[in-house]
Amino acid sequence: MNSRSGWRFTLPGLAWLLLWGGVPLLIVVAYSLMERSIYGGVERGFTLDAYAQLLDPLYLGIIARTLLLSLIATLGCLLIGFPMAYVIARSGRWRRWLLLLVVLPFWTSFLVRTYAMIFLLRDTGLINSTLMSLGIIDAPLDLLYTPGAVLAGLIYGFLPFAILPIYASLEKLDPTLLEAAEMLGARPATRFWRVTLPLAMPGVVAGGLLVLIPALGSFLTPDLLGGAKTTLLGNLIQNQFTTGRDWPFGAAASVLLLVGTFIALVWHLKRSDAEGESA
Amino acid sequence: MTRRLPWPLVGGVTIAFVLLHLPVLVLVAFSFNASRYSLAWSGFTLDWYRVLGERPAILQGLRASLVIGLVATLIATLLGTLLAIGLYRLGTGKLRRNLEAALYFPVVTPEIVAGISILALFALLRVPLGTTTVIIAHVTFCLPFVTIVVLARAAGMDRSLEEAAMLLGAPPAQVFWRVTVPQLLPGIVAGALLAFTLSFDDFMITFFTAGPGSTTLPLVVYGMVRKAVEPTINAISTIILIVTMVAVAGSEWVRRER
Repeated sequence: MNSRSGWRFTLPGLAWLLLWGGVPLLIVVAYSLMERSIYGGVERGFTLDAYAQLLDPLYLGIIARTLLLSLIATLGCLLIGFPMAYVIARSGRWRRWLLLLVVLPFWTSFLVRTYAMIFLLRDTGLINSTLMSLGIIDAPLDLLYTPGAVLAGLIYGFLPFAILPIYASLEKLDPTLLEAAEMLGARPATRFWRVTLPLAMPGVVAGGLLVLIPALGSFLTPDLLGGAKTTLLGNLIQNQFTTGRDWPFGAAASVLLLVGTFIALVWHLKRSDAEGESA
Repeated sequence: MTRRLPWPLVGGVTIAFVLLHLPVLVLVAFSFNASRYSLAWSGFTLDWYRVLGERPAILQGLRASLVIGLVATLIATLLGTLLAIGLYRLGTGKLRRNLEAALYFPVVTPEIVAGISILALFALLRVPLGTTTVIIAHVTFCLPFVTIVVLARAAGMDRSLEEAAMLLGAPPAQVFWRVTVPQLLPGIVAGALLAFTLSFDDFMITFFTAGPGSTTLPLVVYGMVRKAVEPTINAISTIILIVTMVAVAGSEWVRRER
């Protein structure tokens, strides 16, 4: 089979992806530079108004909150995910089953998982009703519709993304390195900080990015678990394309999200390329 | 390392594993709880599943999800498989590697941006939103996954079989249907099942591209969740979980066979 026959096979798929995947992104960039039409959609013309609008303190606040919550969620996933990955990597014959438990949430609809959180956190939910029937509290705690609920939802939703890459790098870790460190007199804590963690770092960075990226663009979690005060970038974008009817502004916010995502990815790819070469 | 893990670590990680799965387990358990308002367990019932059948919106949602899922899977599998075969035949040059890398572009695009951007294109083309637009959008995000799965299968394929068939004088079409496709079949089936799962589960992209008649099950659930929490939502959620799990388990099973 020569490579010319390969071309013909790729054409329909590539054309589809270009038309329905690539062109729309260009349109969003174009829309972000146009003027809004009061009925939704855009008016012809060139303006940077939509981007200027993002600098409004209200929207800067939303961007800052999105970054902050996403970073805390990422840190949370790494802090919880690392020990989990560590135990899985050292669990011998249990390993397959524990890995299945990590992968299972990937197969579970994100909407259903978010609803499951509502079911636990709401005023008459399982946590509040259990605490009340045990007499620990008299009135239900305000768990739902808080930034804490959004944070819990993000960590719960994206934790498996952090575990898998960390597990992959811990699993590859050469045990003789740890034995050598031990024989040379390194204490367990020193072995962890000076050998295990540095060698697991590529997995930690990859896992962190895999949490950070979807967290930055999250919509369902803040929409269903957060209140009016936890609007994130995803809610802002959704709102502009539905009830807000300011498409150029929504497009500008999307471009911001897209650029942020790709900067993070390119940084990561460059970084892991450089490491691969030095290794 | 055969060294025993310290028990506080094992204990903490066990709790983390339980917390990771508890919410969904509770959700499923309470789809069988007889009491509507109280969270106290008051006996096993299938009432909430029976109620689902009496609600036209839910049945229509299920129907829309199945139709959209099946059609989108069919198109995505066809185009995705051809793309994988094409990439495989391009060999290992720079072009192939760049095209393969480009496949991950839609995979990493934030879902909400993918949703609003295809909505913007539909608006520009003045295409009315409905089943067709949802199918087009679903094919677009499913296609790269099919290609990635089939390509993984192709990597383990014995190329000499295709060459042998050609040397023996088989026309290209016959080589394709009698040699290439049968070898790739497990990858194609696994890719199709994965595509169906992604389509059946999708909320975000459907949210922006749906119109009259294309309110899929996740959209129905979203609407219900925003209104009130009721045991019927637990029942639909359980059904969505089962459909997804069966499709993914099937996909894994097919991929590991042979």
